[in-house]
Amino acid sequence: NYKLTINKWYIVLCCGVVLLTMTVFSGYFSHSTDFEVHRNWLAITHSLPVSKWYHENTSEWTLDYPPLFAWFEYSLSHVAQHFDKEMLVVQNLLYTSPATILFQRLSVIVTDIVFIYAVKECCRSVREEKGSKDLLGHPFFILAALLLWNFGLLIVDHIHFQYNGFLFGILLLSVARHLQGRHLEGALLFTVLLNLKHIYLYIAPAYGIFLLRSYCFTEDNTDGSVRWSSFSPVRLVALGSIVISVGALSFGPFIAMGQLPQVLSRLFPFKRGLCHAYWAPNVWALYNMVDKALSVLGVRLKLLDVAKLPKASMTGGLVQEFQHSILPSVSPSITLICTLLSIMVMLSIWCRPRGARGFLRCLVVCALGSFMFGWHVHEKAILMAILPFSILAVESREDAGIFLMLTTTGHYSLFPLLFTAAELPIKVLLMLLFTLYSFTSLKKLFRGSLLNPLETTYLLGLVAVEILCEVVYPLSPWQHTMPFVPLLVTSVYCSLGVCYSFIRLYVSLLRQHGTDKHKQL
Amino acid sequence: MENWSLVSICVLFGLTARWAVSLNSYSGAGKPPMFGDYEAQRHWQEVTYNLPVHEWYFNTTDNNLNYWGLDYPPLTAYHSLLCAHVAKLINPDWVELHASRGHESYGHKLFMRATVLVADLLIYIPAVVLYSFYLSEGSNKKKVCTVLCILLYPGLILIDYGHFQYNSISLGLALWGVVVLGLGWDVLGSLAFVLSLNYKQMELYHSLPFFCYLLGKCFKQGLAGRGLFLLVKIAVTVLVTFALCWLPFLSDPGQILQVVHRLFPVGRGLFEDKVANTWCSLNVLIKIKTILSTDTQLYISLTTTLLAILPSSIKLLMKPTLWQFKLALVNSSLAFFLFSFQVHEKSILLPALPVCLLLNDLPLPAIWFLQASTFSMLPLFLKDGLLVPYVVTSLAFLFFSIYLLSALEHCSEDKLRLGPYRRLLICMPRMDLGRVTKWKFYFSITAMAGLSFMSVALAPPAQLPDLFPLLVSVFSYLHFLGLLLYFNIVQIAEPPQSVRKNQKKSN
Repeated sequence: NYKLTINKWYIVLCCGVVLLTMTVFSGYFSHSTDFEVHRNWLAITHSLPVSKWYHENTSEWTLDYPPLFAWFEYSLSHVAQHFDKEMLVVQNLLYTSPATILFQRLSVIVTDIVFIYAVKECCRSVREEKGSKDLLGHPFFILAALLLWNFGLLIVDHIHFQYNGFLFGILLLSVARHLQGRHLEGALLFTVLLNLKHIYLYIAPAYGIFLLRSYCFTEDNTDGSVRWSSFSPVRLVALGSIVISVGALSFGPFIAMGQLPQVLSRLFPFKRGLCHAYWAPNVWALYNMVDKALSVLGVRLKLLDVAKLPKASMTGGLVQEFQHSILPSVSPSITLICTLLSIMVMLSIWCRPRGARGFLRCLVVCALGSFMFGWHVHEKAILMAILPFSILAVESREDAGIFLMLTTTGHYSLFPLLFTAAELPIKVLLMLLFTLYSFTSLKKLFRGSLLNPLETTYLLGLVAVEILCEVVYPLSPWQHTMPFVPLLVTSVYCSLGVCYSFIRLYVSLLRQHGTDKHKQL
Repeated sequence: MENWSLVSICVLFGLTARWAVSLNSYSGAGKPPMFGDYEAQRHWQEVTYNLPVHEWYFNTTDNNLNYWGLDYPPLTAYHSLLCAHVAKLINPDWVELHASRGHESYGHKLFMRATVLVADLLIYIPAVVLYSFYLSEGSNKKKVCTVLCILLYPGLILIDYGHFQYNSISLGLALWGVVVLGLGWDVLGSLAFVLSLNYKQMELYHSLPFFCYLLGKCFKQGLAGRGLFLLVKIAVTVLVTFALCWLPFLSDPGQILQVVHRLFPVGRGLFEDKVANTWCSLNVLIKIKTILSTDTQLYISLTTTLLAILPSSIKLLMKPTLWQFKLALVNSSLAFFLFSFQVHEKSILLPALPVCLLLNDLPLPAIWFLQASTFSMLPLFLKDGLLVPYVVTSLAFLFFSIYLLSALEHCSEDKLRLGPYRRLLICMPRMDLGRVTKWKFYFSITAMAGLSFMSVALAPPAQLPDLFPLLVSVFSYLHFLGLLLYFNIVQIAEPPQSVRKNQKKSN
């Protein structure tokens, strides 16, 4: 009956989160740009032939997800027409009606079933700690709560509006399948995921290396290095056929119609700038900040001429070009090189595979590395690192410490997504709920403090930043002359924490590599 | 996990639910010329801020009492004044005399909602936490579950954060009274209760149990010695608190009379709208309102109310324990709701508060009552456009309370205290009363769901436009009457051994 009780608590968690999201959306009638984006895609896929999907540009929010997601929207639109037919008309820009809102919000909640199932599968593959009697302190339960009640996912999906729960559900399910040793299924799920949203390409290297090394080579040498003779061509063919068949299903029709270049140009728009309007808390945010500081300093010390400086506009809004005045400008290829360099450490699982858990760690490093150095990164992309990392966090003490740093700063950096006064209490309360839970439960699980005083001080600083940015600053006279300062401060402060977590994660991976070598000697 | 973190998580969850509900519409939104309770509260801020104290309760050129005149006791007025000062700081337009009438804006709604949240956070929620931790029994986990369930009670959330009122203040102060009395500080307890009475006169529903409990305690200590001293101490506290609350009005007897007249508007008739009480339900069969004169109505309601509260009060007087006190609070306030004069549908929150305190002891009946009380306010919620929050919060409350308090597993005859029924129904064939109760519960929840659905989806027949509200109130009335009998029987009958032991501990 231990299992039964755990299941009971799992159901409590799920129902709690579903009911909470329903309460929130019942009163929540404002809508973000993403709300309109998805409405537009419903309209495009419903009312236009397939050949027009990637050519349609009535709305500025053109279809820029891979074809499988378009088919997903297409199937949703068939339910949508029973709610309100008007939302399916391409020309009805910014169309909203209560029925539209109800449908869109419900569709997110319903597709979250995938996520709920995936979380359960992940929890089942967590290593059992022996001796812990308290149900609420059980890793299974803690992981379930950390994933289901993830603050970032809640606000991005249910308040802001996106289908991340569904997509992350597939990702987590794929990870769970790998943890359970069902590699082909895992590979299939990931290929499907890639064809739903191509942002997951960022973590594809981890999948590629892991599957090649640990699945296609069936045996290792005694020292853990690869035994070339154990290569299994059958497995490689199986993997290849999975990838190719899913790809063909998704992109095939467009290749047949000769639209592949058009589709690809929609999927990879390099016209955008280095950073999003609100800088995601990564290395480039720090880089921009240093540049700005240097230019201000230069002008103060009369080393620079104001007239010669490029007009560095940092006002936010739709302006996405940011010209550096002192430091060299960054091109997409440089970000690509930086990203690749940052995830080189993954090659360590080639030399010394550490099973599916090693793969999971590489996946997180990969996601975080591309977040740190990628081109035009959205702040929401941090979830790609946070969610899979939760699984590691309930298994090791060191990871739990890094996890707390990363999630707290990462989640705080999502605050600017919800900027109206009515949303302020909701986001603060939900964030407190999640943060309080993650701190106390992990602390209990590992019986002791997980952060050193410096880290604690940094995290407490977030409270100060929040009060400063959302309470004090709006009342000050600078709000009108320099409205961008709160976003800037948030972004820079958070990027410090995210960089720190990235470095610690990196070190932990290297150190593990080191200890493995040491053991052999 | 440590208790404090679990409790904080529960409180945060409750607060999130509250704020989520408060994003919805409020009573009378965009409905000139009279608007609703939201405008009433805003108007009181305007009146108290701009007019001198002695004009607050009088009809003057600047204070039209027909337009949401102040009809709550002085503490409400002071609270409005305090809110008005804050409002003035943020935006003077919100409390401008005359000019601000019917003011509605996004910013103002946020401000009003925030005042409710602040009051709730300062008064009601700490009392709930203290009550669950110091005065209820069971493991820590159970106490935390109780906190969560009490905080999720949909009736209070929907009325305070949806419809718009400050019930959490008056109920919270009364709850502080219960908590402090339970901890043994009689003087402080009576102080808290008098404050609550001076916030909302409806707290009179609770006054008799407070009186009987304290008097019974004095008797127990012996009226000749320490009891008399205690009695004097309490009496002085009550009088001084009252005097302080009414200080600005004491100078002139005319003032006092006018305030009292405003608080008890006898002329407004036996009941208004559709209320799930005896008179409204009886009115379906006999048109009492038209047959009888107002005075007769007044006497009848007074007599029946007194008769209904007598047994529980006497029992409490004889045996002033916390358990009896809680039950007497339920019985007295429910009897008032069912039988007294000029009852509003929202007054069901008054019995609901002490029923919340019984969630831990008698989970199934308490949940049943609380759900029925939320359901009885359905017509009001529909009028205010609160359908979705009503459905979601009710589901959440039912789910969490049944699941976390294991309500359906603890319903043997003993646990439900159904022994007396067995003795009463001796002629009945032998059956498991616990199971019968459970089936009745299922049936009633299904019927509530069905009636809610019909009220929303179906158009009433042309000759009976009020059919669904009436069905809702009569159906809830039957629940209230049944549960009034049940709670009375539980109070009068001797509690089982285990409960008695625990009472000794808590005393």
